[in-house]
Amino acid sequence: MSEQEKIIEIEVLRYRPEQDEKPVPQVFKVPFTDDMSVLQGIQYIKDWLDGTLSYRWSCRMAICGSCGMMVDGIPKLACKTFLRDYYPNRVRIEALAHFPIERDLVVVADDFIEKLQRIKPWIIPKEARTLEQGEYIQTPAELDVYEQFSSCINCMLCYAACPQYGLNDKFLGPGIIALLHRYNADSRDGGEAERMQEIHGHEGVFNCTAVGYCSEVCPKGVDPANAVNVNKTKVAQDYFLRFVRPKAKGGME
Amino acid sequence: MQIHQADVVVVGAGGAGLRAAIAVAELDPRLRVALVSKVYPMRSHTVAAEGGSAAVVQSHDSLEHHFHDTVAGGDWLCEQDVVDYFVAHCAEEMVQMEHWGCPWSRKEDGHINVRAFGGMKIERTWFAADKTGFHMLHTLFQTSMKYPSIKRFDEYFCADLLVDEGRCGGVVAIEIASGELVQIQAPSVVLATGGAGRVFRQNTNGGIVTGDGMALAYRHGVPLRDMEFVQYHPTCMPGTGLLFTEGCRGEGGILTNRDGYRYLQDYGLGPADPWPRKKAMELGPRDRLSQAFWHEERKGRTIDGPHGSVVNLDLRHLGEKKLRERLPQICELAEEFLGIDPAKAPIPVRPAVHYTMGGILVDGDCAAPLRGLFAAGECSSVGIHGANRLGSNSLAELCVFGKVAGESAARFAQDSAPLRRNHLAEQASDVEARVRGLMHNPGTERIATLRTEMAKTMEQGCGIYRLGDEMQATCDKLAELRERFTRVKLDDQSRVWNSEWLLAIELGYQLEVAQAMAHSALQRRESRGAHQRLDGYEARDDANYLSHSLAIYSGRDAPRIDYGPVKITHLPPGVRAYGAEGERVEQERSAAGV
Repeated sequence: MSEQEKIIEIEVLRYRPEQDEKPVPQVFKVPFTDDMSVLQGIQYIKDWLDGTLSYRWSCRMAICGSCGMMVDGIPKLACKTFLRDYYPNRVRIEALAHFPIERDLVVVADDFIEKLQRIKPWIIPKEARTLEQGEYIQTPAELDVYEQFSSCINCMLCYAACPQYGLNDKFLGPGIIALLHRYNADSRDGGEAERMQEIHGHEGVFNCTAVGYCSEVCPKGVDPANAVNVNKTKVAQDYFLRFVRPKAKGGME
Repeated sequence: MQIHQADVVVVGAGGAGLRAAIAVAELDPRLRVALVSKVYPMRSHTVAAEGGSAAVVQSHDSLEHHFHDTVAGGDWLCEQDVVDYFVAHCAEEMVQMEHWGCPWSRKEDGHINVRAFGGMKIERTWFAADKTGFHMLHTLFQTSMKYPSIKRFDEYFCADLLVDEGRCGGVVAIEIASGELVQIQAPSVVLATGGAGRVFRQNTNGGIVTGDGMALAYRHGVPLRDMEFVQYHPTCMPGTGLLFTEGCRGEGGILTNRDGYRYLQDYGLGPADPWPRKKAMELGPRDRLSQAFWHEERKGRTIDGPHGSVVNLDLRHLGEKKLRERLPQICELAEEFLGIDPAKAPIPVRPAVHYTMGGILVDGDCAAPLRGLFAAGECSSVGIHGANRLGSNSLAELCVFGKVAGESAARFAQDSAPLRRNHLAEQASDVEARVRGLMHNPGTERIATLRTEMAKTMEQGCGIYRLGDEMQATCDKLAELRERFTRVKLDDQSRVWNSEWLLAIELGYQLEVAQAMAHSALQRRESRGAHQRLDGYEARDDANYLSHSLAIYSGRDAPRIDYGPVKITHLPPGVRAYGAEGERVEQERSAAGV
């Protein structure tokens, strides 16, 4: 960690709907030290150079999922991307790709939230249990089946990475399919049949062309591409099964 | 201005707010809940809690042990009847979280696993790896989506409470995306807005933790209780203050100084071995560990770093496998932010502000003295933390008292007389004029300058150890900053997503909450828990200060500090000791049958 202060150029794509016809780049010169994140660079701009720059942030430690943005064209969390990795070049910051820009680095996230609601992201119990009966038994192996998918922080970087979502925003997209899988794969849950209605058809998993970029950009090591692929198989089985026997209750394998 | 009608408004959608909203929906699905949050719920700062949540679950543990750890840990400034209720309801709430899908870490047999935390006699910290707050928050948020009576106002910033004839009647909020104000009228309001740690410089808190709800209640005459008690967490990242969970030490991590010596044994927490041992050494309480760091620093036995002195959090002996399984996020933070692999090298740490023990005065039903107003979670002072919060009690608090607040608010709404809606609407117009005025305020002061000076003076006067003249200087400085704040100047006068405007409103909240903290600290002439003085008041003084401070808002002037009684039911004030001394005290206590 060097204390030596250097100057980096940060180019930010600005868009203020009340005054800008279209997004325009603006360059700021920002002093930085080697331990400073891109987020800290942006905060420096807001605090000392131009208070009109808008962006989302909070935790600074890659868990709240607020500060997703494009850094040199790649979806990143600004809080755990470091200016030293771009210096001495200029670094380019833009709002997350594939989402409408609300203002500056803030995107409209309504689509993601609506899709989250749609997949019923809550436990639909396989068997009812009262609080007095205590916890459901779930072995570490059963936990392991869904745990990584429950680590999604909803930062939406995978949506900015997904070429299919860029073409068709009706596609549920990688993060939501990972969360859908998280509940379906939970040993306590029996709601798969209900949820799978959501991913049938062209808006569901078959939209994915298996590029795998979603998993690459995930800052938490979730593998949404894997969830999508598992569910492709499930949807296919489910589709054919409906011609051979009545639909199984609960839908678990 | 748009007007929405609801039965219960919940402000803040972190753990406490979500739990409250769900409680209303479950108690009476006909009640309309408006859940207002300045961020999307899953961004709330509950997300950053790491180590775990307390609930008695092992057969050799007991509610009495949890009670004792909490009350002694809080240096006897807890409301003992409320603590009784709390410890009796933690397990039920943790099981409820489990039923809602929280991925708790498990034992081989599939039952819940628990780990040790500081100041805890028997292991009772439920955990989901080291992302417990994250998992609890997402579980609550996603579960809340199944209740149609909960209407969310995501990214709506609460600008004021509506109060008519001594009764709360809703809130005024700014829709961030449009900059338009809306009023949400309701007979019950629950504040669940979190703490105020951002008034300090080095802190573990997210940018949103700015004391909003505290300031709003305070301005309407609700006292802020015990605000001088601010918790320094002993193991944080130098510079940014990011948190390395107490779970690190719960799993066996040790703290060493520049000589590789486990210095905690010099501060009444030893002996160092055998290790690990409950309520000793690294498993002492947070206030004592942060104080020990302070002394080591002055003895010159810490290590110099670019962001101040540090000690080492050494996890190497836990081994790669256990680290990845139990502390994956700690590994990630150390690797990505510091370039350190904790399996191979110790992590440099120092204390940083972490938690606001005090808050909005509420009773055991989470009701504030203002009719129709309720509060839960870190913004509130229901009375379980006293002068020092025990690690893993705050996540449990969100659930236990989030539910209580929701149910109290729901019942109040069911029985309430109609609101005088035209009076509320008039008030809302006044609020709009005031907050719009701030956007166009003719002035010269920059927000960041004022905020930086505030955080610096709080650290100087209200840090780990405190001196009368330094606290006085902080009080004076805060008065100056409040005066300068009237001349704050914004760069941004636009409406859509004007976050500078929100920062200005937040700074106004912060300055007032900081004042409540500094003046409460100055007035408390003793040392207790997280409030430690070095100017002749080094000892706890039960004769004069076994009482809660109450900061009362006094407009442009400094707050008036009043005092209220502490509820002692069955554990009279005793010696607060840890390590070998603690074991001796405890033996005496059980021999005496107390």
